[in-house]
Formats: sequence, C-alpha cells, structure tokens
Amino acid sequence: MPLVKRGRVVEDPYLRVVDDAPIPDGAAVIVPAARFLADAAELSRRSAPTGLIWPNDRKIAELAPWLDRLALIALTFPNFRDGRAYTQARQLRERYGFRGELRATGEILRDQFLFLTRAGFDSLEVKKAADAAAYAEAVGRYSVFYQPSANGFAPAQRRRLLGSTAGGERTATTADLAS
Amino acid sequence: MVVTANRLTDGAVVYWRADGGWTMRLGGAAVAISAAAARELLAAASVDQTRAVGAYIAPVKIAADGELQPGNLREAIRSTGPTVETRSETRIAC
Amino acid sequence: MYLYDELDRTLVTERVAEFRDQVGRRLSGELTEEEFRPLRLMNGIYLQLHAYMLRIAIPYGTLSSVQMRMLAQVARRYDRNFGHFTTRQNIQFHWIKLEELPDAMADLASVGLHGMQTSGNCVRNITTDQWAGVAPDEIEDPRIWAEVLRQHLTMHPEFSFLPRKFKIALTAATHDRAAVKVHDIGLRLHRDGAGETGFEVMVGGGLGRTPFTAKTIKPFLPKRDLLSYVEAILRVYNSYGRRDNIYKARIKILVHDLGAEAFAKEVEAEWRQIKDGPLALDPAAVDDIAARFRYPAYERLADSPPALAAARSDRLFGAWLANSVANHKVDGYAIVTLSLKPEGGTPGDATAEQMDAIAELADRYSFGEIRVGHEQNLVLPHVAQRDLPRLWRALDAAGLATPNVGLVSDIISCPGLDYCSLANTRSIPVAQEISRRFRDRDLARDLGPLHINISGCINACGHHHVGNIGILGVEKNNEEFYQITIGGRADENAAIGTLIGPAVPYADVADVVEDIVAAYLELREDPQETFLQTVDRTGIEPFKERVYATR
Repeated sequence: MPLVKRGRVVEDPYLRVVDDAPIPDGAAVIVPAARFLADAAELSRRSAPTGLIWPNDRKIAELAPWLDRLALIALTFPNFRDGRAYTQARQLRERYGFRGELRATGEILRDQFLFLTRAGFDSLEVKKAADAAAYAEAVGRYSVFYQPSANGFAPAQRRRLLGSTAGGERTATTADLAS
Repeated sequence: MVVTANRLTDGAVVYWRADGGWTMRLGGAAVAISAAAARELLAAASVDQTRAVGAYIAPVKIAADGELQPGNLREAIRSTGPTVETRSETRIAC
Repeated sequence: MYLYDELDRTLVTERVAEFRDQVGRRLSGELTEEEFRPLRLMNGIYLQLHAYMLRIAIPYGTLSSVQMRMLAQVARRYDRNFGHFTTRQNIQFHWIKLEELPDAMADLASVGLHGMQTSGNCVRNITTDQWAGVAPDEIEDPRIWAEVLRQHLTMHPEFSFLPRKFKIALTAATHDRAAVKVHDIGLRLHRDGAGETGFEVMVGGGLGRTPFTAKTIKPFLPKRDLLSYVEAILRVYNSYGRRDNIYKARIKILVHDLGAEAFAKEVEAEWRQIKDGPLALDPAAVDDIAARFRYPAYERLADSPPALAAARSDRLFGAWLANSVANHKVDGYAIVTLSLKPEGGTPGDATAEQMDAIAELADRYSFGEIRVGHEQNLVLPHVAQRDLPRLWRALDAAGLATPNVGLVSDIISCPGLDYCSLANTRSIPVAQEISRRFRDRDLARDLGPLHINISGCINACGHHHVGNIGILGVEKNNEEFYQITIGGRADENAAIGTLIGPAVPYADVADVVEDIVAAYLELREDPQETFLQTVDRTGIEPFKERVYATR
C-alpha cells in the first residue's frame, strides 16, 4: 500500500515488526501496541525511531507516559466508516501536543484525505495507488472550512471577522501540506 | 426466483437475463428453480458493478400461461411502479 | 433569513465539484458501489425501489422564494414534476437519475441549496420551530444558533464518520413545535432565574426500533459554551457509540446503557478540557452570523383591519382563517400555514406548479420567505392581516388551503413501500383513505387537534411513536399489517404512544381509525376535551375494547 507523506508517495522508512519477531538494532520500527507496552521501558530507550500501532478502541491516555519517546503513532481505521481514530488523532495533537509522525492505517480512501489532514494526520497508508497519486487534487478541492483544526487553517468565521472573504489568514496552506 | 437490481445510471429496476445482461422487463428475466441456481445467477449478475447495483434474489410467480409475475408486493411495486398516483400536474384555477 | 456570504457559497460549489468527480469515478468503475455509497449518502442520495432519491437540506426549515422556484425547476427538469417535504424540514425528489445529479446539484448550489449531510453517519439537518422569529411565545430566534451549529458541524473533520446518524433540534418557545425531546440532542432556549438566556441540553431522544425521550444532562448551558459542549457530546459518542450493530448504534442506546448521569459525567469531563479553547463563542462572531439574518421591514399595522372583518362573513374563508392562521408577534401580521394534505392526497407532496405559486405568493405577501414544518406543511411567516382574504383565494385555487392543519386529516406520513426500499408496507394509500373518510370539515373541526402519524417500517420516518394515533406498517405472512398506538405526542410533554392490540390488515386500518374516533366522541367529557386529554383520562382500554370487539 502506498504511503503518502507531505503530499507525495514515499518509501516507508519504517519496518513493520510483526508480533514477536525480533526488533533489529538501529532500524526505524513500528511495533504493535501490546508489544510496545510489554517492553515500554526498553523500547522507548532505543536510539533509532520507534513507532507503534494503536487500536482505535483504547484510550490515548494510556499512551501519555511515552509520547515524547515515540517518533510515530499509527492509528487505525478498520474500515473507512469507523471514525474513532479521528478523535484519537485530535486528542494526540491538541490535548497531548504530540509532535511525532501521526499515520493513518487501515482502509484509507481518497475521500477521507481532507478529513485526515485536518484531524492532524501527516502520513497516510492509502489503499489504492490511484488515490495516492491524486492526493494534492483531493485536498485541494476545498478552500473553505468552518472549524478550527489541527492543520492550522483559519476557520471561516475568523476570516469573516478579519474582513477577508477572499484569501484569509492561514498559518498553513494546502500547498504547504503538499510540499 | 429471479435476480433483480437497479440500473446504476438512473436507478431503474432491471432483471438479469439468461444470456447475461439486464432487461427492464420482468418477462425477460432468467428464472432459477433451486436456491443453488439462484445463487449462481446472482454471482454472475454481481460481477460487473458498472451497469447495475444492489443485485439480489427476488421471488417470482409463474402464471398458468407461463407469464412471469412479481412474487410479492414489493416486487410488484418495483415492477410496475408506485400504487399511488403522482399528482404531477395541478390545474391552478385563477 | 440567513444570507450566504461568499465563503458559504464557495463551500457549496466546491462540494458540487467534488461530487461530480465522485460520480464520474463511480460510473467509470473506478469506485465500487461499496466505496461510493457512503459518499453519495453524504450528499443525500439514496437508491430506492425504482430510482435514486435526492434529499435536499432546508436549514432549519427556512426557504426563500428564489430557492422555492429552483426546487420547482429541479422537479420539472430532473424529476417527475413534484417534490415531497419531510418530517425533518427537508425536501425529497424521488425520481432522480445518478448521471444527472451533478447538474441538478449545480443548479441547486446556485441558490445556496445542497444535500450535504442529509444522509449518512454524520450530523443531519438541524431543525427548529417553523414559526421561529415570528412566534409570540418565543424568547429569541433559535435559527441563529441553528446556523452557528450548522456551520460548525458541516464537514467537521472529526465527526463525519459517526457510529450512526445524528439529529439536533432547537426550540425557543413555550410550546415546542420542533419535537426536541425525540432528537439525539434537543436544545431549549430559556431564561434562568437571573434572566440570562441559555440552553437546556437534552440527549438521547429518538424514534425507530427503540424509541426514547431525551434526558436533560445540562439544565442551563450559557450561550458561549454551545459549540464546545456539543463537541464534547459528539466526541463521547464518536468514541463510545456502538459500531457492531446498526440497530444499537444511536446515541440514545449509549445514554440508556451508561445511564444519563454517567453519560453526563463523561461529557462534562471532556468539556472541561475544551470549554475555554477556540470553541468558546465570541459574541462578535455570533453577532456577525446574526447580522446576516434578514428580517422584514414590517409596516406599522393594526390588528383586525377592516378588510379582514368584512371577509369573515364568507364561511369558507372564516373556516380557513380559524384553522390555518396563527397570531404573529408583530401587530397587524399573521402566520399562515399552507396545508399539503388535501383530501385524498399524498401528505407533504407539492407539484412544481404549486411550488411556483407558493414562491409567487411568498414574494407578494410574505417578504419572499417560506418555512417548512416537520408536520409536512409549509408556512408563510410574514403575512399582513389585510392581505389574508386575497392570499386565501390564491391558495385555495392552488389546492393549498384545506382548513385541516393539526386536525385528523392533517396526516404525517413517510413515503412507504411505494417508494422506499426500507419499507415493509405502504403508507401513502393508508393516509389517502383516512383522509377521504374524514373529508367532512365540520367533523374534522369538531374532533379538534388530532395528529395521525404513519410509518411504513420501524425506522419511523413518519414519527408514528409520537402520533396521537400512530400507525406502523409491519409485514406478516407476506401481507401488509399495521400496529396501532395511541397517546403519543411530540411537544414539550413528549411521550411514546401505547400499542392497543394486535396488528390489523391493510383493509381495516381506516375502519380502525374511525372506531377510535367514534370511541373518543363517546368518551369525551365535553367538546373541548381533546383526543389526547381523553386518552390521558380514560387510558387506552376503552379504545382497545372498541377496536378489537369485532376483530
């Protein structure tokens, strides 16, 4: 499955470690949540980047002690209709201030891209190559948003009050996300 | 039993034909007698999703003269349309 | 009414472009039906028995004459010349073609209409009192807050894939005309002891398979906190609502399973963390939205002008006046309800010609504004009393002046098996037959307020649970049967109706309704006692006996 990061299809620098397989030294790895929690003290001391996959039915608060040691958190969409990970993403970004890579995994289609980036995801494991290639087009479809969000767009109401209905103030643009 | 679906482009009711493809006439539908045969028809009808959607197995009655008739009220309504008149024109007397 | 600014219009236009692309990818096969389905649902497009159905949002039930004319045009150009107004203040077109939908939606977008979020597992059309802004018993216009919520909940990045659909309703009047107590979130604007205006927040109401009335989890929420509190409720629901079983996925099940108190605690814990963040409502932002609501430049008129007094001598006009015209908060004006329940007609339907006529009359007599009520009737909210006789003659000519608003023949009904793929039974012909049985206007008037609600299946789109008489279609041995309930109500004293006995066959339903009505006439203490009051007093037993004596 292609990985889209910052608007482009990229090679995944992370190695997905399955269950009890050995974790190579010096490699960037993503481990299952249970594995991480069982070995948390040791795994969080790794010098190479460490990430984990977090299920969508467990509280983010459980991860709180480790957030500053995690380079990546992968959240899960078992099917694209299950939106629990959007809440988890916003909590990670806005409540806990997580600054590492936030990755969306599971069933990710083009039509969720904009919601995902606005919820705070910065990399997406996309189901279809054609969708991955169309990322920039998909997120460029909308220029107006009513809500404040993790990716820094000024919501419509703030733009109105600033007297600007054309461009408006933004702390980030879709161009930034795609570059 | 027959296999029926809705045409993708406009939602019109269609029936799966014995020679493959869809017809708008119930009379042209392939009839399956056994559950297994019906499932086979359904599988064949479900391959191409670009012409019809939501295919399912529907009951059908065969009249004495061999004419196919809808097997229940729902299929009757699908086959011949709403049982109520649509008031598509009002004479506005002014 | 609210005037879209360029930002609002841009969003709708961008949505149409996105949908056009999605339809193209579906027709080419790039998207499977399974992938396309949730996308088309988020634009209000259902696949029904014979055709696609398009549901267009009418935000909080307010429509301009320009918009009404476009609805007529869509009906003519893309459908079969009619539309159906629903129990959630939306309009539905039942014969739409998928391949023509992007064009239809572009036409609608040109006047600010869309189908965004009228279906799917997201926040649906936010509804309110069809008399908002003009009702004498209202403390302020709830539509301002409906618009604040509408914007915030449109394409919300976190809440577009909820466990199930989510419905919000607001009221700001003593008499609740918006049925807030049977919504996922019901909001009631009211004043506290200190004279401050705020919201009573109720959650977990809903009809369908497991009907509930909503529970109050916050008796008084300051206006400033509206968005953050609603966000907290949605976040708790998004996180904990069931996703394993669609019949147990609404928030009412979560509230019931946790208990209202425990649920309220979860919401409170979440809310405390966000209440002072960017969602705290800035009065300037609210004022900006409120400023884009245009109110009519009412003339200074006196009540009961001479033209009106003179016209009363016409018996037919007098009957309509007494039934369909309500007091307005501004002297000299009136609120006029247009009955979409003609004798033998399909409840809630209007032809394209009628829609054009209504638009014309709205321009002439109602400052260009129309409302849609959840009882599937329309309203002209700003009519000068002196214009009532002329308006009546025009409405009568267009078949929109049946004086049955709120009476036995003002039946609320879903489209049922004639159109809907979810239905077990038909509902429209049942409504038509009942309507014919009670064609006698004197009888209807004598019976007084009596709401009959018909649903063709347990999804309860006809709101049968809260009908004074509720009729629910069920399938038995491949035949159409109907369960009858009585004593339901949708207002501030909302209650679910009680089943009176075994389901009756299609051919018997109108007879059963006549039996219930006959029982009421015999039992009532005086002509002033309403059907509901009688049922409250006697219980359902006498009605049950009467109906099932010969069945």
